[in-house]
Parts: sequence; C-alpha cells; structure tokens
Amino acid sequence: MTASGTAPPIRAEIPSRGRALAGTGTLIRFTLRRDRVRLPVWIGAITFFTVLTAAAFPDLYTDAAERQARAALMANPGVRAFSGPGYGLDDYTFGAMMAQEMLSWVVIFVALMSILLMVRHTRSEEETGRAELVRAAVVGRHAHTAAALIVVGGASVLLGVLMAVGLGALGIESISWAGSWLYGAALASVGVVFAAITAVTAQINEHARGAGGLAGAVFAFLFLVRGAGDMIEIGGGVLSWLSPIGWAQQTRVYVDDRWWPLLLPVALTVALIALALWLSTRRDVGASLVRTRPGRAGGSALLSSPLGLAWRQHRVAVMWWAVALSLVGLGYGSLAAEVEAFIEQAGAFDEWVGQIGAETLIDAFLSVIVMLVAVVVAVFAVLTVLRPRAEETAGMAEPLLATAVSRVTWVASHLAVALIGSVALLALAGVGLGLTASTALADASVLPRVVGAALAYTPAVWLTIGLGAALFGLLPRASLLVWLVIVYAGVVGTFFAELLNLPEWTVNLSPFGHVPMLPAEDLRWAPLAILTAIAGGLIAAGLVGFRRRDLETK
Amino acid sequence: MTTAIVTSGLVKTFGATRALDGLDLTVSTGEVHGFLGPNGAGKSTTIRVLLGLLRADSGEVSLLGGDPWRDAVALHRRLAYVPGDVELWPNLTGGEAIDLLGRLRGGLDRRRRDELIERFDLDPRKKGRTYSKGNRQKVAIVAALASDAELLLLDEPTAGLDPLMESVFQDIINQMKAEGRTVLLSSHILAQVEKLADTISIIRQGRIVQSGSLVEMRHLTRTTIEAVTAAPATGLASLGGVHDLDVDDGRVRFAVDGEYLDAAVKHLSGFGIRSLTSHPPTLEELMLRHYGDELAAANGNGAD
Repeated sequence: MTASGTAPPIRAEIPSRGRALAGTGTLIRFTLRRDRVRLPVWIGAITFFTVLTAAAFPDLYTDAAERQARAALMANPGVRAFSGPGYGLDDYTFGAMMAQEMLSWVVIFVALMSILLMVRHTRSEEETGRAELVRAAVVGRHAHTAAALIVVGGASVLLGVLMAVGLGALGIESISWAGSWLYGAALASVGVVFAAITAVTAQINEHARGAGGLAGAVFAFLFLVRGAGDMIEIGGGVLSWLSPIGWAQQTRVYVDDRWWPLLLPVALTVALIALALWLSTRRDVGASLVRTRPGRAGGSALLSSPLGLAWRQHRVAVMWWAVALSLVGLGYGSLAAEVEAFIEQAGAFDEWVGQIGAETLIDAFLSVIVMLVAVVVAVFAVLTVLRPRAEETAGMAEPLLATAVSRVTWVASHLAVALIGSVALLALAGVGLGLTASTALADASVLPRVVGAALAYTPAVWLTIGLGAALFGLLPRASLLVWLVIVYAGVVGTFFAELLNLPEWTVNLSPFGHVPMLPAEDLRWAPLAILTAIAGGLIAAGLVGFRRRDLETK
Repeated sequence: MTTAIVTSGLVKTFGATRALDGLDLTVSTGEVHGFLGPNGAGKSTTIRVLLGLLRADSGEVSLLGGDPWRDAVALHRRLAYVPGDVELWPNLTGGEAIDLLGRLRGGLDRRRRDELIERFDLDPRKKGRTYSKGNRQKVAIVAALASDAELLLLDEPTAGLDPLMESVFQDIINQMKAEGRTVLLSSHILAQVEKLADTISIIRQGRIVQSGSLVEMRHLTRTTIEAVTAAPATGLASLGGVHDLDVDDGRVRFAVDGEYLDAAVKHLSGFGIRSLTSHPPTLEELMLRHYGDELAAANGNGAD
C-alpha cells in the first residue's frame, strides 16, 4: 500500500512464535463482548442451582439416620454409576452427600457450557467464514483458539470461585470453606479440560455440530468410564482414574479434601492444548482433519415424501435416543431390589412415599423413575417439534413448500415423527426398566406394569408436542418457549419441588402432574383422555395457524 | 395470448415497511419476462406472494388461472422455483436434494436431470453443507429445470454462478422458451435480462414503474447519437427532445427521445454528416433513468 515507487523493505525476521498469538487480547475482549449475556447466565444458573440444593439439604434430611439411609443406597453399584464413587459413607454428612450426589450432575452442565462456548468461538467462526475475515487482519494463527480457551477456561475458573464462595458462605458444618474451595476447583478442572478437548475436536471436524457432537460423545464416554470404575469398586477402581470426571470425584471433597488428583487435569489440559495447536498448523483455515465423505448421487425411495424426508432428518437422533433411554431404563431397573431392601430398613422416604399414595414402596420408586424418563422423552419431542421452525428460519422450508407439498403435510410429517417416536421411546425405556426390575424382584408381572406406566405418559408428551406445534403456527417467534414445559416439569416433578417447598397446585400446572403415577397409583383414564384432547386441539390450532400465516423467509 | 401471471394493486407490508405498494404485473404465457429492480425493491416478496408463501394484504393475484394462496399445492405441480438464497439440508447430498424436490413436485425427468448435472459441472455426491453458494444455486436450478413445469419462477438464479455457468444457464432458458414455457426471471443483472427477456417489468419501491417489450421500452427512451459533421452543427439545443448536448468543434454528442429521433437526424444531415454512431439505451441507462436519484444518493454517501 505504498504510494511511492520503492517497495517496502521485507522484514528480515519473522518471529513466528510471538506472532502466532497476535491479536489475542483484542479477540478476548471481543469474545467477552459477544457473550456478555451468555456467560453470566451459564455461570449464574449453574452456581445458583447447586448452592440452592446444598442450602436445602438440612431441611430435607433432618437427622443423621436419614442421611445414613441414603448412604446405604451408595452401596448399590447402579447408583454409583450415576453419582459418585462412594466414600465417607460411614459418616454421611451433608458435605459427603454434596460431593457424591451433586458433583456428578453439576459436571454435566459445566462440561456442556465449556463445549458449547468453545465450539461457538472456534469452529462456528470458521464454518461461517467469519474467522477468515478476522484472520486476514493482524491476527496470529493461534489467536482464535487461544482467546477462546482463555475466555472459556476463565469462565470455568470464575464458576469454581463463585461456587466455592456460595457453598462456603452457607455455613453448613460439614461443608467447610476448605472443602468448598476444592469443590469449586474440581468443577473448574472439568470445565477447563473440556474446553481443551473441544479445542481438539474443533480441529478434527469441519462443522460446528460435528465438533460439538464429538466433544459431547467424549464426555459421555468419559462419564461412563468413571461410572464403570465406580460400579466395580466402592471408592472407585482403575477405570475411575482414567476419566477427568473421575479425577474431580477422587478429590474426595468434603471428606478427605485431596488436592493432588487435580494435577492430572492440569497436565492433560496442557497436553491437549499443545495437540490442538499442533493440529491447527497442519490444516488450512476453514478446513479440517476429517473430510466429510461423499454421499449418494441420487435420492433413495425414502426421499419421495415429506414423511420420508422428516424421518431421514430425525432417524439418527431417534436411534441414539433409543439406545440411551434403553440403557437408562435397564440401569435404573437393576436398582429395584436394592431400593426395596433399603426402604424396608430405613423408611427415609415415609413422607415422600405417603404423598404419592404408594401401595408398595417399590412401586413408588418405579413410578418416580418412569416420570423422569417421560420428562426426558419430552426433551426428544421438543427437539423434534422445533425442527420445522429451524428449517423455516434457515430458508430450507421455502423451496420445499414451493413444491406440491402442502404446509400441513410438511409440518404434520415432523409432528408424526415426534408423536410416534416419543411413544416408541417411552415403550423402550419402559421395557428396559421393566426387564431389569422384574429380574431383580423376581416378579414377571412388573414388566407389563412398568411398560404400561411409561406409556401412560404418552398424552403428557403429546401435549408438549401440541404446545410446540401451536406456538409454531400461531406465535412462531416464541417457539422456543415450549422448553419451559420441560424446565417446569423437570423442576416441579423432581426433587426440586421438595427442595423449594412448592405448593400442591404448582404440580397441576405441569401436564406431567396429571398423569396417574403408575404403578403406584391406580389408572385413571379421564386425565389421559383430557390431555390427549388438549394435545389434539393444540396441534390442530398450530396447523391452522401455520396455514394462515406468512412463511418467514430470509 | 393468455396470461400466466396477473397481479393488480398488490400490497404487502411487513410492520412499518411497505414491501409491495400497489404492484401491477402481467406476464403472458410463453414469454420470458424480466423482472428488474434493485435490491429491496420487492422482487422476492412478489415471487413469494406468487408462490403462496406470503399472503398479500390487498390486491388481486392470479397465477396460471388460480389463486396462489388457496390453490398452492395444485399450482405448485405446474411450476418450479429457484430461490435467490438457496439453503440445502446439511446432511443430504446435492443429488438427493434434487431428487427430493423433483419428486415432491410430482416427478422429474431423469435423463434431463443427469444432463443438467453434467452441463452445470455439479458433483451430486457432496453433502449440502459442503457446497459453496454457487453450487447450492446449481442444485436448485437443476431441480427446477429438470422438471416439466410450465412456469418457472427464478429469483436471481445466477447470482452465485461464474460467467461460464451463466452462459449454460442462458442456453437452457432459451431452450425452455422454445418449448413454450413461461419464465419469470428476477434479476438486478441487466445484461442477463437483456439477453433472455422478451418483456421487462421494472420494479421500484414495491411498484412497477415501467413494463413492456424491449422494443417498446426503447421507443420510450432516448437514443444516444455521436456524429462528426462538415460544418459545426448548430441549433440542436432548440430542438425538442434533445438532452445532454455536447458540442466540440465538428464533433457532437447528445441523447434524444425516441419520437424526436427522426427530426434530430434530419437536422444534423443539413451540416454534412461524416460519421454517425447511434446506440440504443442499454438497460443500465434505462435503470439509471428510473433509479438515477437513488444511485446519486448512494454514491454520495458511499453506501451500498
């Protein structure tokens, strides 16, 4: 860009190391600016709900006997698979409970935060082409990755600090300040490790969805690895030590307060970042290490109808959901016998059992698990029912609706997958739960009862689908509000209702609250019929609304 | 001649924006109709109303003798559409998307599909998310042109194509015209419309400001004359319909309205014409005449 005739002198030295990070500071500020709402919401929500739960413990378990009853549950390998390795069981304090039963759930959200934010600031930027624009400026090769790692890693650390302060400030005897700092650090370690893991997957996969999915799969795998380790041996086996989630749990926080296991995530993070940076030097901007394979040159017979297209779009997801829900069903069903034994000896849930009017304690347990499974199936239903809206705003609906496909047919195809798919998933989860439960209890009649109990939630899930359809047709911009049904059902239906001391009527606001809790309660057809009718009405309203409104185009 | 598309007094508002403001458009059957206008003039909105994707607030629309909102599905069997901004399903290949869209319309000509894929040099095995903008456009074009639709609605169909592919596209549109199909071709690429269109409608701020065949439009507009005369030409300024006169010794340059062309040339011949060039207005000039104020404003503030 020199106006004079002389060429600018070529710089002799090219200090590539320093230059590789040029612009990182600016990108960090830019990233913080873009996520000025997102980051506080993630960090705030995770911290708030964790501290809230800890604060509610003393009200829930008023004496040591009740806590010991819960500790007895930890003797069950199946319970350990989904919670902690099982330590400090002799004196099961609130702190020990917090470490065993909360940590494993909180890390899911912390890892999710890290993965989503990292993908958003690395591979998404490349995929959209924005990274190219930025890299053309005075920005180093590694600046994007470095800035994202610093922001996301920083978010994890901040979350850890807030968590420690929040928990420590509760002043619960067994939840000490020293332990709370370690609790925060353990959570932060998982967040940081998964930021680094995602930095690697973002190099491997060309697409944000793929990079995020791969990191999510790594998380699920590492969660299961530590679960297996904890199942095999109380306190954790070799496998528990092969997973960053296991490392966080092996701090034995609030019981032994061991800091040294956190050296492992530090070392792993350094190695992963080095790997990510090395991989990034071996590829072009926008490219990836794994190329998308070419597919078919022509459409199969499936792609001849809107329903075929809808199935094609959802089928991979449906299959993964089927696998996951079957496993969850099988896993929880295997606990049935232990639950029975535990409840008989402790009676910790007397009040809780009384509330749902269980004839037998084991039925109460199964009915609660069935309801949780139903809420999870509703998540699938919501994801499926939101697809038409996503296609509309992305511009894919436009060419489709310019063919001889009516609007109603198109939406109904997606609704059909949601409606039928959710019934199939409920049945599968019920079969899984029933199979292992009936084996554990040596009672074959459990299987059909549990499957029936799961299927009884069909109308509630359908109503959720109906609400999604109605929003899509009548208030398309508010489509995402359908998630509130899930959040509400999740909060009110699970143990949070007890934690927050919610009154009875709040349960009735959730469609899931109206389903008789089989097999504990008696089957009542009226609420099911009414829920189905409302679901039908909502779907009809949504279809009519969509037929009458403008298609939203880009 | 019957009409494929008739709209009258079409109005469509989006909040405070009046996208269509009394649009009257007529497209005869069997013609290639150029639909010209700058970005944001309402071309895409018009086409989406014609497809029944948007409902007009007021005004009449008739498409192939039907109501595009009420009879959408039946009418869509008889037409094919190429959107201006093509989005494909990320996990479907281009070939799958072509077949899907074709079948959902009611079937497509296999031989023609393969021929078009060949001519457009499209790799049908790539996944939708890996295509460039131009290739996504090719997918939509092949899906539309491989059909036996009697009406083609093409919204800036070649915006992402390179010049080579654009000439392939022009060949095929000419072939479509020869087969008697009707084409509505929206564009802001003037040269393309000029090459393909029989008739043109110019849209500006949601209204058709001018409509007619290229010949008729020339008749209405100015011809530019450049001449060298033996004696210095005088008195031109006082002639009717002469604009932008520029006299430099024996060289003279001016624009003249169609109906005054004869008088102006006769006047010139009195000074002994040594050389004379005239050229019809290009579409650039046509557009400038209608959008001149906007372009000036845009150039003034460096926007757009």
